[in-house]
Amino acid sequence: MSKKRILTTSMGDQTLRLLTLLMAVSVLVLMAWMGWQMFDAARPSIQKFGLSFITNRVWDPVKEQFGALPFIYGTLVTSLLALLLAAPIGLGVAIFLNEMAESKFRAVVGFLVEMLAAIPSVVYGLWGIFVLAPWLRETVEPGLAKWLGFIPLFQGTPVGFGMLAGGLILAVMILPTIAAISREVMAAVPNMQREAALALGATKWEMIRVAVLPYAKSGIMGGIMLGLGRALGETMAVTMVIGNRPDILPSLFAPAYSMAAVIANEFTEATYDLYLSALVEIGLILFGITLVLNFFARLLVWSVARGPKGGNVV
Amino acid sequence: MNDYFRKYKNLMMLTVFIGATIIALIPLFGVLGYVVKNGLSALNLQFFVNLPKAMGLPGGGMANAIAGTLIMVLIASALGIPIGILAAIYLTEYDRHSWLSTAVRFATDVLTGIPSIIVGIVIYTAVVLKMGNFSALAGGLSLAVIMIPLIIRSTEEMLKLVSHSIREAGFALGISKAKTILKIVLPTAAKGIITGAMLAVARVAGETAPLLFTALGNQYWSRSLNEPTASLPVQIFQYATSPYKEWHQLAWAGSLVLILMVITLNLVARYAFRSKSI
Repeated sequence: MSKKRILTTSMGDQTLRLLTLLMAVSVLVLMAWMGWQMFDAARPSIQKFGLSFITNRVWDPVKEQFGALPFIYGTLVTSLLALLLAAPIGLGVAIFLNEMAESKFRAVVGFLVEMLAAIPSVVYGLWGIFVLAPWLRETVEPGLAKWLGFIPLFQGTPVGFGMLAGGLILAVMILPTIAAISREVMAAVPNMQREAALALGATKWEMIRVAVLPYAKSGIMGGIMLGLGRALGETMAVTMVIGNRPDILPSLFAPAYSMAAVIANEFTEATYDLYLSALVEIGLILFGITLVLNFFARLLVWSVARGPKGGNVV
Repeated sequence: MNDYFRKYKNLMMLTVFIGATIIALIPLFGVLGYVVKNGLSALNLQFFVNLPKAMGLPGGGMANAIAGTLIMVLIASALGIPIGILAAIYLTEYDRHSWLSTAVRFATDVLTGIPSIIVGIVIYTAVVLKMGNFSALAGGLSLAVIMIPLIIRSTEEMLKLVSHSIREAGFALGISKAKTILKIVLPTAAKGIITGAMLAVARVAGETAPLLFTALGNQYWSRSLNEPTASLPVQIFQYATSPYKEWHQLAWAGSLVLILMVITLNLVARYAFRSKSI
């Protein structure tokens, strides 16, 4: 081999190495840059309102009054409602797929559950407007009011568009995330554990309870947190069904607003700088919350199913 | 505790899990059923060739929105796929275990969880405000940002499946590392990488939130990449939240087209390109 040939190949090596390194580092840069961009754009609002931004419940752009509390409230209530519904069902799906189903059945049902995640958010929203909300208004909400009306959560006029609709649609949308990650961490439980439990005479449920769930517990928690993260930031479907009114009302039937929804609706209408800046600050809060949530969720998932194993984690 | 009780409890819990799975699938069929039913009745040739008509007039279409979605997804893929694959190569071929690659891997995971509307805000402040107008470029860029972590993740996984002996065979023949990666490792994992890329494309094709204030939307054809551009998801959103019956019909038709696109991509990715060999 001539000297020149060696030189060029090593140059090619260096180029590819540097190029890939650059792209890898760009992910870190991208994340930091996103945070900085938002902080920078939110600065006027942060300086003007300080902490009162998140405790003030009045949002009135005409009077330059910006309080994010109604949006934080709407986001939290709908997301928690979604979690309450989706976590047990998602876990049930994961147990069914991982521990019970035959492999052919598992592939089909697993695919269908993943399809739930593939349906675009805006399509869920469309369905929410024309199918879910009318159904809630005419059937579900009057029924809930009749039987559980003594609880403030279920009082008030059935509107259809409100926090209940938002929470339900979010539950559908985060279910695949929770199911997929719970499945992944349960698949990482060594079979020896299961066999040991069965050998001691455990029934299938006892095996799941004593051998699988404890082992996968922290990973499942991580999956649930990732689901929560998705719910907090989910925009379109919620915007379309939550009713878009910045009020803080106890009833789940009442129209409300979420952080992502107010950004989606008002961003292009923000007529002056402070208004835009206030919207960006809401985005920044959302960014911060989801960042922290994802950070800890990933730590938990990694602790069970380490690193980039097991594919379609959403 | 007697055996009878234990068996009873076992049966009950297993039924609960089956029930959960059935409940989980009800919304899937609910949504798909309504989209197919309402979409089919509104879908016709006009939908694919016409521009949107003024409020309330029948016969409008979403030709420009379909084209806009394709263009922006193309821009996003042209940026996101190479960047993602290159970053994944670094993580598997050059540096698997250092703190840097762990940090990159972690950031990638965290980025996939950032709400897509955040990406829209960032691209708005960084690109739209600087350029002075909404554009397909800004829209494509925001989709690329969403795509990159997805591509890194899936590609990395596929590259990790390539066995070391294949790489060592390359080195043993005196082939340079760069060539080994480009000519041997990548082709071996190609099917899996394509699958991952298609799934990422399917994912961003349905994204609405990041396009709202980057590409904005357009009732007409966009003549350049530097103009506000319509997209299928944004158009569906605007029509669905409008008060006009004709527009609602179009929104259903648009949803049917969008879902068909996304599901086809998913199916093709999973079954046509799936390989069990690596």
